[in-house]
Amino acid sequence: MAANGTIRFLLDGKLCELESADPTETVLNYLRYRAARTGTKEGCAEGDCGACTVVLGELDGDSIRYRAVNACILFMPVLDGKELITVESLRAADGSLHAVQQAMVDTHGSQCGFCTPGIVMSLFALSKKDGAADRNTIEDALAGNLCRCTGYGPIIDAAEQMQMNVSATDPSELKEKVEALKALSRNQTLALTGKSTLTGVEKKYYAPVSIEGLAEIVEQHPDATILAGGTDVGLWVTKQHRELETVIYVGGVAELQKIEDHGDTVVVGAGVSYTDAMDTLGALYPDMGELIRRIGSVQIRNSGTIGGNIANGSPIGDSPPALIVAGASLILQGGDQERTIPLEDYFIDYDKQDLRPGEFVSKVIVPKPKNNQHFRAYKLSKRFDQDISAVCGCFSLTIEDGMVADVRICYGGMAATPKRAAQAERAINGKPWCEETVLAGMKAMEQDYTPLSDMRASADYRLASAKNLLMKVYAETTGSARTRVLERGSAVHAG
Amino acid sequence: MPGKTSEIKGAVHKDLRHDSAHKHVAGDAVYIDDLAEPKDMLHLYVAMSEKAHATIEKIDLDAVRSVKGVVLVLTADDIPGHNDVSPFAGDDPLLSDGLVEYIGQPIFAVAADSVEAARAAAARADITYTELPALVSIDQAMEAGSAIEPMQTMGQGDPDSALAAAPNRLQGSFRIGGQDHFYLEGQIAFATPQEDGDVHVYSSTQHPSEVQHLVAHVLGRPTNAVTVEVRRMGGGFGGKETHPAIFAALSALAAVKTGRSVKLRLDRDDDMVMTGKRHDFRYDYDVGFDADGNILGIEIEMASRCGRSTDLSPAINDRAMFHADNCYFLGDSRIKSHRCKTHTVSNTAFRGFGGPQGMLGIEYVIDDMARALGKDPLDLRMANLYGKIGRDVTPYGMTVEDNVAGELMETLARDADYATRREEVTAFNASNRYVKKGLALTPVKFGISFTTTHLNQAGALVHVYADGSVHLNHGGTEMGQGLFVKVAQVVAEEFQIDVDHIKITATTTAKVPNTSATAASSGSDLNGMAALDAARKIKQRLIEFAAEKYGCPTDRITFRNNNVYIENREVAFADLVNQAYLNRISLSATGFYKTPKLHYDRASHKGRPFYYFCYGAAVSEVIIDTLTGENRVLRTDILHDAGRSLNPAIDIGQIEGGFIQGMGWLTTEELVFDDSGRLRTHAPSTYKIPTASDRPDEMNINLYARGRNVEATIHRSKAVGEPPLMLANSVFLALKDAVASVDEGTKAFTLNAPATPEEILRAVTVRQQKAAG
Repeated sequence: MAANGTIRFLLDGKLCELESADPTETVLNYLRYRAARTGTKEGCAEGDCGACTVVLGELDGDSIRYRAVNACILFMPVLDGKELITVESLRAADGSLHAVQQAMVDTHGSQCGFCTPGIVMSLFALSKKDGAADRNTIEDALAGNLCRCTGYGPIIDAAEQMQMNVSATDPSELKEKVEALKALSRNQTLALTGKSTLTGVEKKYYAPVSIEGLAEIVEQHPDATILAGGTDVGLWVTKQHRELETVIYVGGVAELQKIEDHGDTVVVGAGVSYTDAMDTLGALYPDMGELIRRIGSVQIRNSGTIGGNIANGSPIGDSPPALIVAGASLILQGGDQERTIPLEDYFIDYDKQDLRPGEFVSKVIVPKPKNNQHFRAYKLSKRFDQDISAVCGCFSLTIEDGMVADVRICYGGMAATPKRAAQAERAINGKPWCEETVLAGMKAMEQDYTPLSDMRASADYRLASAKNLLMKVYAETTGSARTRVLERGSAVHAG
Repeated sequence: MPGKTSEIKGAVHKDLRHDSAHKHVAGDAVYIDDLAEPKDMLHLYVAMSEKAHATIEKIDLDAVRSVKGVVLVLTADDIPGHNDVSPFAGDDPLLSDGLVEYIGQPIFAVAADSVEAARAAAARADITYTELPALVSIDQAMEAGSAIEPMQTMGQGDPDSALAAAPNRLQGSFRIGGQDHFYLEGQIAFATPQEDGDVHVYSSTQHPSEVQHLVAHVLGRPTNAVTVEVRRMGGGFGGKETHPAIFAALSALAAVKTGRSVKLRLDRDDDMVMTGKRHDFRYDYDVGFDADGNILGIEIEMASRCGRSTDLSPAINDRAMFHADNCYFLGDSRIKSHRCKTHTVSNTAFRGFGGPQGMLGIEYVIDDMARALGKDPLDLRMANLYGKIGRDVTPYGMTVEDNVAGELMETLARDADYATRREEVTAFNASNRYVKKGLALTPVKFGISFTTTHLNQAGALVHVYADGSVHLNHGGTEMGQGLFVKVAQVVAEEFQIDVDHIKITATTTAKVPNTSATAASSGSDLNGMAALDAARKIKQRLIEFAAEKYGCPTDRITFRNNNVYIENREVAFADLVNQAYLNRISLSATGFYKTPKLHYDRASHKGRPFYYFCYGAAVSEVIIDTLTGENRVLRTDILHDAGRSLNPAIDIGQIEGGFIQGMGWLTTEELVFDDSGRLRTHAPSTYKIPTASDRPDEMNINLYARGRNVEATIHRSKAVGEPPLMLANSVFLALKDAVASVDEGTKAFTLNAPATPEEILRAVTVRQQKAAG
């Protein structure tokens, strides 16, 4: 077993062992400037354009799960124990193109070619999924890959063509890889040290493998940056050019990656990716599934976590408003102590959360829906996919005999934190569920929020659309009129 | 006789994949940042102004120089030649000379061992600004009378009298947003010093000759001291026409000063802040029309945000005026165009080059007229098309001789079931309270040629090697549009050899000099003809050689399917070439082309600025959410005239890509400058170009089957780069149609572009209030 302090991963089927240099070096920079693998491109360095898309293979029992991720915001040590696949990996030994690549050639799927390697990798990851992908799935698989030339039609055609031509993985090859990955698994914390080439600052990186190990390291380093998917923290490095001195990666802690069904509730580990949470939560609350889908592209959802979306305390994170109206609570752990708080109490003010030194977000407890409970979540943004909400409005409403028995309304993007609409709730609760009540609720909402104007939307739009969303909930819970231009989430499940 | 029916691979008018497609998909296509970096290469970082308008009182860069790894700091004082990288006006300092006029203007540059060191060092500069009043918006500039050149006027007849006499008259105003190019490969240059103080620059540019010229200008050297090379760009769209000179000149200057290779690659944010965009416009109109909606007279007033310098804004705004008519005969007309100088980044070329804004304007006017009359806008569009004598002269005095707009529109309306779907949309809207549909069919007529006449020239260089393989070079650049493969097809067709025998090579100023930008959709028209000229010269020499050698008349010699037929004799092309070589026949030639028939007097805005027009039409169906303003395009049908297309597959790709890019411009892509002049949307997290799911659920694209250029262009094809972008006007007008449907009244309302959810909800609310009141 290799000593701690070495990053080990598979690349083109071979073991790569790297002495730690700078723990926050990105995989993209490693590939392009140290490994002479320039097929992977930088288009934005913030996980939005997908030109840097690579695929990670991770052990999943006796199989390997392949997922597309953005290399531009992925730190090198996160590769530890995984298989890295880049566009250079795909061609056969005889130089012939992979079926995905050939499909892109055949359908005229590339023009300038700069986004193409990333698109090929997203389609490659899609090809590793079971079953044929429909048009929505294909478009979703491509949502994190911007192409400025083609208009996407030929790329969608390529995705359809490739599905017919991709050959199944050779079982002996798979077995070999599984064994190779098993040999890389760790039973103790990976600890790396490195030095910033720029400032000479000493950098530390820890990847514990148990929750006890994590708790211990967080207590020892209360100021450390906790890294889960890196879809936010990665940008601190690539966009804000910050030096992160101590990073604690939670992705190796198995207990945090679990989703457990506890009867009335589902407990989601803080390290569970959006991808893994989406289906479970979407089955309970269809609109929550669709909201999580729209949090970000496949690449972002594969990396980013529900825990991270909560822990960073952003006023525009999409999962908190939805989880708050669902009545979720949060388990925080510090040392061997756990405490449970209502999720909404975690958010105190802008950039201020109820998180004590040495504590970390451990789990989210999500109640299952009850009879007569209507759950709705709406995300308003300039673009449907891979955009940040201008307004995220979430509603839980229990109607009994035409009366509002319970109501919870929470918005993102309307205040410094995800915030309940207390006045609007008061105006609605206990009232008959009718248009008059809705109008009163809309009016009361003006007392709840004083939103900001920014590049995503004006204050006027935020307030007006937030109010209108209540009318939309009313329309959706009382009639069958079409209310959405994108018929997904509850709009589909209702029909 | 063999080969009679078989055909070469890569003949013109046939689908052929992009020459680099197999490399794109494998990650093997090399872009400038992929080139191997020499060990001692330096990275350059550009420090930008933090103020929109200020003088620099004091600048102390000692702390910058003291950072470990910093090798050189460049300021305006270090420029040996001219501190200017403008295309012609002389008002684009490479580095600030003490005045800054936009947030993002380059002030100094740092060369260091790593880009991180250079960036960190730049942050240590101590700069004291004295702020001056900043004009950020069009309205502010108009009020202050701030312009980059005097207002221009174009038109004919007596619009004042026509307006006064018209039975119906309507005034309106709306705004059209700008657009960032968002090429996936950001701006980059990589300079290597040569002997004698010369320099070689790899530049991601659509205009190598201008970059060469400006680098020499900055270095104070003759043009022949500089070589500029580009194999391919990761997208251009006009954004790599003038701006690459900044980065090429800075890296060349640093390379010459340090004797080391220097790379300057902008990250996405710096790129978006530092480089210009599509001009945003304010559009006002006053139109007179009869009861049937025929335009009787019109005055159009456009004002655009040009930014801090002239750049290409005069020609861009001229093109907006040239397209203020689109496909319509305006009669007595006056078109006024204000070119506002603002303290924002200097706006520049972007696919369509002002045409889209001018064209959207007149579509908007006709839509307003139709709503005022309670008619279907398509009826008014058809009624106002250019027609026969008396209705065929544009406001700039050019006769429209090749008009197929009406035929395209009628065909499209029929094939896309416009009439039936109009009824369906009306029925849908009547039965839906919260969501509404809209439908619009709009045409495109786009003038082809650089409106600056002398730019309509091109050169090519063709070598045939003794083994029959061909080396092809021309002044055009490849940015994904498929120019290289089209020109290769032209040469393959002429020599009648498989296109695989033709080596496509990087554009370099050392092979073909004094070229024009690959812009104005002209790439294939100009370079295809220049390459044809070169190939024909060599072919003629081969014919004359064969005639002499085999003793037959030249008119009995034909090239077909990789062979040359000399009367009854069949000789492989490669064999004839080898024989010619052994007989000392020159097998290399330059080619040249200049577009005929052009003349234009800018002072009076009269003449024939265009060789011909491109036409197309699109019909789009959309749905909007009246509670949130969210919207989607459900279906788009396009019929486009690419003439006799050189490569239908490539042209379809241009049409679809252009349409989606135009759709982004008019829907999700919103540039937000705050009051201080700072761009707030400078990365894909905040600036939203379309993604895969934004593509209409159903999209049908067809080339006009009878398309054939009436002018003698390269194989009677038509340019295709820019015109399809404006097919997206149909999306905007369909959204306007959907907004209008919230009320049955006929009063006009405003919908500004881009039609974001916020803008649509605003317009819906106004329309609903009008209905209520």
